[in-house]
Amino acid sequence: MDWLEAVRWSPYLVGAGIGVLVWLSFILANRPIGCSTAYARTTGLIERLFRGKKIDEKEYYKKFVPELGWEMMLILGVIIGAFISSQLSGTFDLEVIPQLWSNAFGSSVLLRIAAALLGGFFIGFGARMAGGCTSGHGISGTIQLAVSSWVAFIMFFVGGFITALLLYSLIGGI
Amino acid sequence: MLQKLREERKYRLAIALLIGVVFGFLLQKGGATEYRVIIEQLMLRDFTVLQIIFSAIITGMAGVYLLSHLKIADLSIKPFNVWPVIIGGLIFGVGFALLGYCPGTMAGAFGTGSIHALIGIIGMLIGAGVYASFYARIQKKLGIMDLGDLTIQDHFDISPWFIIPIMMTLLIVVLFFIELMGF
Repeated sequence: MDWLEAVRWSPYLVGAGIGVLVWLSFILANRPIGCSTAYARTTGLIERLFRGKKIDEKEYYKKFVPELGWEMMLILGVIIGAFISSQLSGTFDLEVIPQLWSNAFGSSVLLRIAAALLGGFFIGFGARMAGGCTSGHGISGTIQLAVSSWVAFIMFFVGGFITALLLYSLIGGI
Repeated sequence: MLQKLREERKYRLAIALLIGVVFGFLLQKGGATEYRVIIEQLMLRDFTVLQIIFSAIITGMAGVYLLSHLKIADLSIKPFNVWPVIIGGLIFGVGFALLGYCPGTMAGAFGTGSIHALIGIIGMLIGAGVYASFYARIQKKLGIMDLGDLTIQDHFDISPWFIIPIMMTLLIVVLFFIELMGF
């Protein structure tokens, strides 16, 4: 079972595997794979905890009802699957500041945490505005030949490319 | 049997969990849960992420359309609400580069022990909540051009079976060039 302990598999093999997984998701659940909706529902659940039924009035939560459902189980599965894989290959690591980040911006924990928090914020806001993320638009949507998904997928990488160049090359000097 | 799997809550949730486990496992084995791999992809120094995504698209397209053709599954096309998709996509990209993960891979990275991925998850929950609060206002301002469930074949008014081989060939050529450039 050496292959299960391998650190890396070929990206083509992994990609093909994900393609087949999208078929399976359509067969078994009649739905595509997508990750960002789970976060919106989770936030809704947390908001409801503090502000009660009032949040159900929000138009957005009428569309995406805050409840434990398919997407949240999927995300939970992703965490477990990646955990198992990293345990098998011995790459599990409590990383706070990645090497590439510290090369560019030094080893301040606070700075990295602030950037991660802000980055997460933009991802959450942008993904919900665009109607999906790298999996919902970038994989499942492009597979279905949706114009919205191809445009979103290109925008994700255009925005990411410009920001990465400005941030890491120009400011960070790497 | 399939109907029961799809409709009964406990089976639905178990299937979601199972698909998630395989998805997370594959993302980790592919290197997509690594901050460095994603940042270097955005800087065009490593092409692992696009190699994974393009291979998934090449493999997925024909199968999913066959399932839809055989009436085993229904397609789920996201509406092309032009401005929110473009602007939201760009905002997503900014966050993508700052955090170094996307919604799926941040969950996966957290599974591999990444603490800053967990911070990203918290940020994402806040961002999604703030969007939910502004949703009605943003829709009113930006939702002025909604082209609905548009697909590439609708746009050209031809069969998807004509588009799929073209897309597959194009993506294989792109992958081939990336490989040729030494990645």
